[in-house]
Amino acid sequence: MDQFLLLALTGGVGIAAVAGPLGSFVVWRRMAYFGDTLAHSALLGIALGFLFDINLNLAVVACCVLLALLLVSLQRQHLVATDTLLGIMAHSSLSLGLVTVSLLDSVRIDLMEYLFGDLLAISPEDLYWIYGGGLLVLLLLWRLWDQLLAITINEELARVEGVPATWVRLALMLLIATVIAVAMKLVGILLITSLLVIPAAAARRLSHTPEQMAVYASLLGMLAVVGGISASWYWDTPAGPSVVVCSLLEFLLLYTAPAKLRSR
Amino acid sequence: MPNRDLVRLSQVNVRFGQDRVLNNINLNLHDNCITTLIGPNGAGKTTLVKVILGLVQPNNGNIWRESGLRIGYMPQKLHIDRTLPLTVARFMRTPTRVPVAAMREALAAVGAGHLLDKSIHDLSGGETQRVLLARALLRDPQLLVLDEPVQGVDLNGQIELYRLITSIREQRHCGVLMISHDLHLVMASTDHVVCLNHHVCCSGHPEAVSNDPSFLELFGPAQASTLALYNHHHNHRHDIHGDVITDQPQPDCCSGH
Repeated sequence: MDQFLLLALTGGVGIAAVAGPLGSFVVWRRMAYFGDTLAHSALLGIALGFLFDINLNLAVVACCVLLALLLVSLQRQHLVATDTLLGIMAHSSLSLGLVTVSLLDSVRIDLMEYLFGDLLAISPEDLYWIYGGGLLVLLLLWRLWDQLLAITINEELARVEGVPATWVRLALMLLIATVIAVAMKLVGILLITSLLVIPAAAARRLSHTPEQMAVYASLLGMLAVVGGISASWYWDTPAGPSVVVCSLLEFLLLYTAPAKLRSR
Repeated sequence: MPNRDLVRLSQVNVRFGQDRVLNNINLNLHDNCITTLIGPNGAGKTTLVKVILGLVQPNNGNIWRESGLRIGYMPQKLHIDRTLPLTVARFMRTPTRVPVAAMREALAAVGAGHLLDKSIHDLSGGETQRVLLARALLRDPQLLVLDEPVQGVDLNGQIELYRLITSIREQRHCGVLMISHDLHLVMASTDHVVCLNHHVCCSGHPEAVSNDPSFLELFGPAQASTLALYNHHHNHRHDIHGDVITDQPQPDCCSGH
């Protein structure tokens, strides 16, 4: 097997593993649009990374995290509705990124690679980011799991029982920002939310408990990554979109499967 | 036996922007005492409860809580997204892990022992309220705060739930604060009633409140007529701002039940 294929599979499977539990929270807390907004800002991170000549992965993580913080503080001021705010920020940051990229004469950036991902261009250095960042995210998620679940069930109840809800919510946003920044390589800015949302939504059909759903979402995501990369290898389809199509097929299969195979 | 104060509010004011939601609220909550908060929609009942729980900070005024006070809170409604698979057991031990035996005991105490392994999405209105109540009891609360505990429950279920709350108070001698729309139903199971419409209109024994002119004014004769079995007497005065000079619930009004 070619080395780049092995790198792609290893990286993709790692990202899918982390995306499972976080994607579950995105689904439970209806944060899909929030994820989309962060993903759109990633291009601005890339552009700024080139502009200031810093590590691109680092630039993207920093940009997503800053945007998440900005969003939280703007949300508190209730200037406009949250979805309007997200709409403004998603497309402004994407456009700012595109404009900045066009002004950079010295570098030529393959936009398609960032918009739709280039799974087969994962480098060994990217793997360190994926597995280092992924382990850190999973560790934090494991520590915060019960508290995150509590604020997802009922935030006021959680606060009365001593959960520092504001901090826990902020931590979740930062974790999602990190995963989006790292996972962008895989399926690209425009498709990244689907990797969070579709496996988790499909996993709902198999699960009785939140933990089951998180684990199944990871497994289904991994399966989709393997399927998508295989399709890309044999039929020369674009890797990122193939992964998304695979997870869509899983979703459709599970939702049309006979009731006795799945739980309510 | 005199009752202990659990929470004391004095001169509490809450404003949301221009809206003066709560004005000069004075309220004491005691152990072994059921206090019911009644008032029309938008009167600030839930806000007052949130102030007591520490979820809303008042703009001015003082809140005193007994140090280390354990509060069991039962929110008005649970909005859990159906995409979150959750059993009653998992719900009850989030975020604090509790042994299964303790969960069974708490559920049995509210007559819901069979619900432990059910999905939270399959519960009826009454079952949900019982599970919420059992969850609040798990913390062995000194103060039980119930925001419209009988919401979405049929009439028989409502009477049963109020009976349950009364028996919980008798067994545990905890303080209870609940919000209700319907004074008629809670009359029998409450020691003290506070009638709220941004300020405390009147408060005292249920019978006294049901005859109070400000209560009749708030609820109109239709509901009040079912309650006006007693002779009218005016039991509070207004100060120069038009606010009511409230009679504080005295510890002795709760004892002897």
